[in-house]
Amino acid sequence: MKLSAQLTYGLIACILLVSAPHADHLPLWVSTECGALLLWRAYLARSGKALPPRWLLLGITVLSVMAIAITFRSLFGREVGVTLLILLSTLKLLELKAVRDATIVVYLSCFIIITNFFYSQSIPTALFMLATLLVILATWVHLQTGGLAFKPRLRIGGMLLLQAIPLSLILFVLFPRVQGPLWGLPQDAYASSGLSDTMSPGSMSKLSLNDAVAFRVNFDSDAPSRDRMYWRGPVLWDFDGTTWTRGRNATTRTGLLEDAGMSLAYTVTLEPHNKRWLFALDMPDKLSIPHRLMPDFQLLSDKPVNARIRYHADSFLSYRANPDEPPQQLQRALALPRGLNPQAQQLAEDWRTQHPRDDAAIVREVLRHFNQGGFEYTLEPPLLGMNGIDEFLFQSKQGFCEHYAGSFVYLLRAAGVPARVVTGYQGGEYNALGDYYILRQADAHAWAEVWLGERGWIRYDPTAAIAPARIESGLSAAVSNPAALPFMARNPPPWLRNLRFNFDALANQWNQWVLGYNTETQFAFLTRLGMEDISWQKMALNMLAGIFILVGVFTLLLLRRLVVRQTDPVQAVWLKLCRKLAKAGLPRMAHEGPQDYAARIAAAYPEIAADMHDLAARYVALRYSSATAQDGLPAFKQAVRSFKL
Amino acid sequence: MKLPNFRGVLKQKFRNWAFRRTVETGTVQLNQRRIYILPTRQFFGFAFVLILMLLGDINYNLSLGYVLTFLLATTGGLSMLYAFRNMAQLEIHAGYVEPVFAGEQARFLFHFNNPGALPRHQIHLHDDEGHQTAFDLPAQTSTPVELALPATKRGWLDSGRLTLYTRFPLGLFNAWSYIHFDVRALVYPKPAAPQALPIAAAPDGSGKTTIRGDEDFAGLRNYVPGDAMPRIAWKALAREQGLQVKEFSAQQGQQLWLDWSQLPDIAQERKLELLTRWVLDADAQGLHYGLKLPDGEVMPQQGTAHRAECLRRLALFGMPAS
Repeated sequence: MKLSAQLTYGLIACILLVSAPHADHLPLWVSTECGALLLWRAYLARSGKALPPRWLLLGITVLSVMAIAITFRSLFGREVGVTLLILLSTLKLLELKAVRDATIVVYLSCFIIITNFFYSQSIPTALFMLATLLVILATWVHLQTGGLAFKPRLRIGGMLLLQAIPLSLILFVLFPRVQGPLWGLPQDAYASSGLSDTMSPGSMSKLSLNDAVAFRVNFDSDAPSRDRMYWRGPVLWDFDGTTWTRGRNATTRTGLLEDAGMSLAYTVTLEPHNKRWLFALDMPDKLSIPHRLMPDFQLLSDKPVNARIRYHADSFLSYRANPDEPPQQLQRALALPRGLNPQAQQLAEDWRTQHPRDDAAIVREVLRHFNQGGFEYTLEPPLLGMNGIDEFLFQSKQGFCEHYAGSFVYLLRAAGVPARVVTGYQGGEYNALGDYYILRQADAHAWAEVWLGERGWIRYDPTAAIAPARIESGLSAAVSNPAALPFMARNPPPWLRNLRFNFDALANQWNQWVLGYNTETQFAFLTRLGMEDISWQKMALNMLAGIFILVGVFTLLLLRRLVVRQTDPVQAVWLKLCRKLAKAGLPRMAHEGPQDYAARIAAAYPEIAADMHDLAARYVALRYSSATAQDGLPAFKQAVRSFKL
Repeated sequence: MKLPNFRGVLKQKFRNWAFRRTVETGTVQLNQRRIYILPTRQFFGFAFVLILMLLGDINYNLSLGYVLTFLLATTGGLSMLYAFRNMAQLEIHAGYVEPVFAGEQARFLFHFNNPGALPRHQIHLHDDEGHQTAFDLPAQTSTPVELALPATKRGWLDSGRLTLYTRFPLGLFNAWSYIHFDVRALVYPKPAAPQALPIAAAPDGSGKTTIRGDEDFAGLRNYVPGDAMPRIAWKALAREQGLQVKEFSAQQGQQLWLDWSQLPDIAQERKLELLTRWVLDADAQGLHYGLKLPDGEVMPQQGTAHRAECLRRLALFGMPAS
């Protein structure tokens, strides 16, 4: 069987739809090549020309695979796999010979859809998936129906899909979830964006261009004011002149909070970022999921966060953090690379001589220096060289939070005050619709903590000294050129903001109920539904029962219109009479019309001859003469009912 | 014995044992007792893809992937119901089969009626040898479906048990049913190569070498069923004089006997083929001809009915009456 051009167009559409979402992360030449191949195939189908010879296809395939190997420097891994899959499916279109090849293309396109979920599982992606499935199903039906027009095919595909939705919902809820992964995953298995555990000039300002959601927070009671919302992430101790890193804690003792005030409870829904750290308000106290609290109050999860997780946390907003910090840790908080930044060293030593015993006064000096030294808060600071701190403090005076936090800690250490850099997120955008705060990557921030003896570790945010608006109302208020910011970090009109909040609230529900549906949520959900002693056997049984019930309902619905009943009321009455007679042993012959039938019976049984003739005449009149209205029907009905043999 | 053949025999035996093999008359309605469904080879390919997808979902924790996998799986499952629905409640009865000559295709006719409000798509009808036809059936319509089977031997050609199947809508399931109607085609012997009629056998012995029964036009008479088409007076019909037939006087008294015993000593089947050829030629020339066979004779006559009777006798010559 030769495949029709119509069918070929359908298959091209399938491959096009499933690969289109990949277009922006495939290498440009692959997207271009696939586009060109699809166009070529469409042209061949349209012109009816022969498909390219085998050797040519083989040549293109080998060359493309080699080019992929060179581009990615590997033939393994997720990205390469997706790229190869898309390329080979496109090439498969060029050797469509039999129905079998077309079936393979259909299966391949189903499979490629799923690879898109590595990159996005949002609501629009889900809607796009449904649309794609519809086209695939319509094409698939085409394989089996040949000449059927596009519209009825689409209808069959649409009906199949619509009916499949409730069934798959049952499967989705009750299919026993297994906690993955089943085997070791390649490193590129998860998207990773967001904070890293190093900080160098430019690392934060790069994040400030990223509109993606980092996490969402629900406060159990009232939220603290914005300038107290510091979401603690990696704590950075070690500095090599350009980059701050976490280093190794010199103690294993967990951080201790003394004189803690009221605790604040909230729930965090953290987007996967493929790193181990968790975020909580300064300072975290308790967390609902397995975790480790490091000596510097950093929260670490047991394994990298590669799926969206939800946890409850308690934090104290007022505290004395580790007033008895062990000396070896304080030593780390004073270490500086030797021989760099002489001017900064000198400045710090001057301050130390002014305030020989007062560490807090030195902190104030530094903040005053930032505040009055002509510093500027900008997203696009100039590049810095070897003595980056000196260049920043005495020449460019333009920087983003990492510059301020870094040089703040540097100056304090140079003056002999223990200090460290803390990274995380600051602030949050309130979504009144869902009553939660959204923290985006653009909210990433860096600040400092200074150890002041009895008072413990105290948070200082040097950025607040230069651009207080950043802390109080967000990034757009603080930078001079908001156009460089991502869209949502600027100040859009209120209606747009509300619309965006609506979508985000929806996305939040989606994230929690659909994407976050895992072993634990399934358990919790089923318990809430009233299922007790949940085991996977029980879930499987329930699932099967649900499916059987639904399939039964569907069977009834689907098989309903197979036979259309005779609806003519006159005929129904006549058939009733025939049945009466047949019961009495006088069935109507297939060839007999009403009058012949009546005549035969009348001849055989003269006692009912008059009745029979009358009934047949009425039936004929009612059924076949257009002049008679349906008035006679009740009488005819009555006559048949009272007719007795 | 060749192995494939052996397998074929086994398969046949199994089928005969497993499925009904009664020959049916009248109208057959396909119900759930006669429709069988099994997954096709594509189904297993599809299941393999689904399992791969499910493993990927579990491994990468793709919730939307689960949704897609389950959607596809339930769609596949529903397609089984669709396949059944595509066949269910169809009404079939066998139609008349025109006699054919050996070597031609016997066109078996089956009338399919779809009493429901759902259109049926791509139903295939085939016999065990693989001759097949496919058709669609819109809602509440009847359609005759023709299955051409090669007629190789003279005599009765049984349609055999036929398979009716559909793989609609996705090709994942094969729903099928067997139908075996008591319908058979009459297969006439294959006409021999053209050969002159046995003129010497003419009973008047006049020695004429040609007999042209249609030379002298004698007049018109009313048409009776069975009259040869070429003899209908179309012009008279056009003049609105009714259906009339031309009569030719030359036919009177000239009878041609096609006699088995006069034939040269050739194989029985060759004799039958030769006689078939002559019957056709004599009929085409409008002769009165009769047929003498070892098991009886057909008196000289002419017309379509007569021709059909002669051919039938030739077709069934030496066959056990059934």
